[in-house]
Amino acid sequence: MFEIFGIPSTALFGQLLIGLINGSFYALLSLGLAVIFGMLNIINFSHGAQYMMGAFAAYIILQATGLGYWPALIIAPIIVGITGIIIERTMLQWLYKLDHLYGLLLTFGIALIIEGVARNYFGSAGLPYTLPDSLRGGQNLGFMFLPNYRAWVIAVSLVVCLGTWFVIERTKLGSYLRAATENPTLVRAMGVNVPRMITLTYGFGVALAAFAGVMAAPIYNVSPQMGSELIIVVFAVVVIGGMGSILGAIVTGFGLGVIEGLTKVFFPEASNTVIFVIMAIVLLVRPAGLFGRRA
Amino acid sequence: MKRILGLAALTAALACSTAHAQQINVKIGVLSDMSSLYADIGGPGSVAAAKLAIADFTKANPNVKVEMVSGDHQNKPDVGTNLANQWIDVDKVDMIIDVPNSGVALAVSQVALNKNKVFIVSGAAASDLTGPKCNANTVHWTYDTWMLANGTGTAMVKTGGDSWFFLTSDYAFGHALERDTSAAVEKAGGKIVGKVRHPLNTNDFSSFLLQAQSSKAKVVGLANAGGDTINSIKQAAEFGIVKGGQKLAGLLVFASDVAALGLPTAQGLTLTETWYWDMNDANRAWTKRWHEAGAAANKFPTMIHAGVYAGIQHYLKAAVALKGKLDDGKVVVAKMKEMPTDDVLFGKGMIDPTGRKRHDAYLLEVKAPSASKHPGDFYTVKATIPAKDAFRDPKDSGCSLVTKS
Repeated sequence: MFEIFGIPSTALFGQLLIGLINGSFYALLSLGLAVIFGMLNIINFSHGAQYMMGAFAAYIILQATGLGYWPALIIAPIIVGITGIIIERTMLQWLYKLDHLYGLLLTFGIALIIEGVARNYFGSAGLPYTLPDSLRGGQNLGFMFLPNYRAWVIAVSLVVCLGTWFVIERTKLGSYLRAATENPTLVRAMGVNVPRMITLTYGFGVALAAFAGVMAAPIYNVSPQMGSELIIVVFAVVVIGGMGSILGAIVTGFGLGVIEGLTKVFFPEASNTVIFVIMAIVLLVRPAGLFGRRA
Repeated sequence: MKRILGLAALTAALACSTAHAQQINVKIGVLSDMSSLYADIGGPGSVAAAKLAIADFTKANPNVKVEMVSGDHQNKPDVGTNLANQWIDVDKVDMIIDVPNSGVALAVSQVALNKNKVFIVSGAAASDLTGPKCNANTVHWTYDTWMLANGTGTAMVKTGGDSWFFLTSDYAFGHALERDTSAAVEKAGGKIVGKVRHPLNTNDFSSFLLQAQSSKAKVVGLANAGGDTINSIKQAAEFGIVKGGQKLAGLLVFASDVAALGLPTAQGLTLTETWYWDMNDANRAWTKRWHEAGAAANKFPTMIHAGVYAGIQHYLKAAVALKGKLDDGKVVVAKMKEMPTDDVLFGKGMIDPTGRKRHDAYLLEVKAPSASKHPGDFYTVKATIPAKDAFRDPKDSGCSLVTKS
């Protein structure tokens, strides 16, 4: 067994894998943000609150109907996605022509309201949500113990991320979407219902956040502030990847997870800061982000 | 005849004035975190406990009139001190109670000293409040970091957990808890094999848990609080830490945290508290009344809520003993220290010269879901740590009130 900087290589492999798993959460969340920003030009600050809503919806579904993790994985994103559509129809759609700042302020306000309501009804300590029985236990990989649930997280998020990328970049529907962001008037002239498409896109982005929330519920504390703690990191991921770039969001999500994981081994105190240091450097060298196009 | 009437009037007037002199007016301020991180361990539940304490006391002592105000310090020391100053100067508040968050509590303790009023801490943990930063206006009621470290640390070593790995929250509170626990562990003959300092509000502990796992330590000590503790325990279960033969020691775990984890995840966890709602009939009866006094029906009271109730009762007893002369906070606290404490929740006890309230502490273990008979049936009591051992010896406190005398 050889060592790298005093850390046994086997331990390091374990940490790399853990980093990749955390990265898959970042990728799932930043994907939704990138889709919304790329298509709607809205900086969706309520993304963290919608992630929290996903986890709370899973809890409420369990309490109210007894349906467990698997049904919640489908139902919760649909419910939260519908609330997203309502927000888009009633509020966001009036802001597309204005500066980014207005969308940011509105969604930030919505996030504070959602968090406050959740805290008022459920308290601040958190709600219990356990692992689904079918994903309990884990595999001994030799260099580490890999819980089955983590393996599931990484597989699912890879499928969802690549699927979304494929739909937007490689299908006809995706080409309509991209065209509608470039020139909505022209696309509408071709007979495409642009406002409806935009509404559904926002709903989809919000549903992605809720999906990540349900994925997080069995392993992270389900509390009203769970989203606001994570969302700042996710924003940094999106900025590093390049605002609105879907591939950028996915690649940087996974990449930064790994870097953060390594920091947790070599200098754990800095593990919350390292992503922002990278963000500062990237912004200095490539202001549009790693995968962003220069405006 | 006229003279007799005059005399009667005079006696009546005199009688009235003596009755009036016995009327005691007290104003209490409950300062807590009403809307954030600690709102469940203190917050609205503390207000309900305070209402209950006042109602019980004024029922037995009808000549005492107690008013209560409450406020939110938002976990900011500046907001807390502003509110405390305003309460004392404008609203004429005699005593401030609760204040979870050690940073805010240390600041408010200074306000109480400067304005010469009384401050009873229930929510905050730092043992500095009765240590180097003690003063003659502060009483620390419920628990502190020294007691947590000593209770859980010593007990774990005694049951064979003699090598420790710490997950420590990287700020003053976590460092203090780690320091105090290390001392207790080493004193009991154990050793520390490693530690990792994680930033406050960390979401994912898997990396740290892997390090703890590979350290082969028998005990993983969690020197953190709130959401960090919940996340570390939840993920420790996922990574099979306890199944792999290591033990988890939660150094600061409240009933509300156990509720947030759920018993399937939290079972087997060892922790120390000074009060548990389901321990005896008196506590259960009190909990029922606490719910009726306006606390959320789906929550269970924490030891902090119990401390608020007991603290107010003892303060009001001192107020009666002093015949309502509450202007000099130092005199009131001296009276509180002089009188032995006795209440339904903590039993008989006393306040030592540093301002530390001394009572028994309990070493608890979280039950398995199958052993839990009703909601909130969280713990089995493993041991009772008598008051004299549960808290720090005043001689070792570094408190100037002890060294001077």
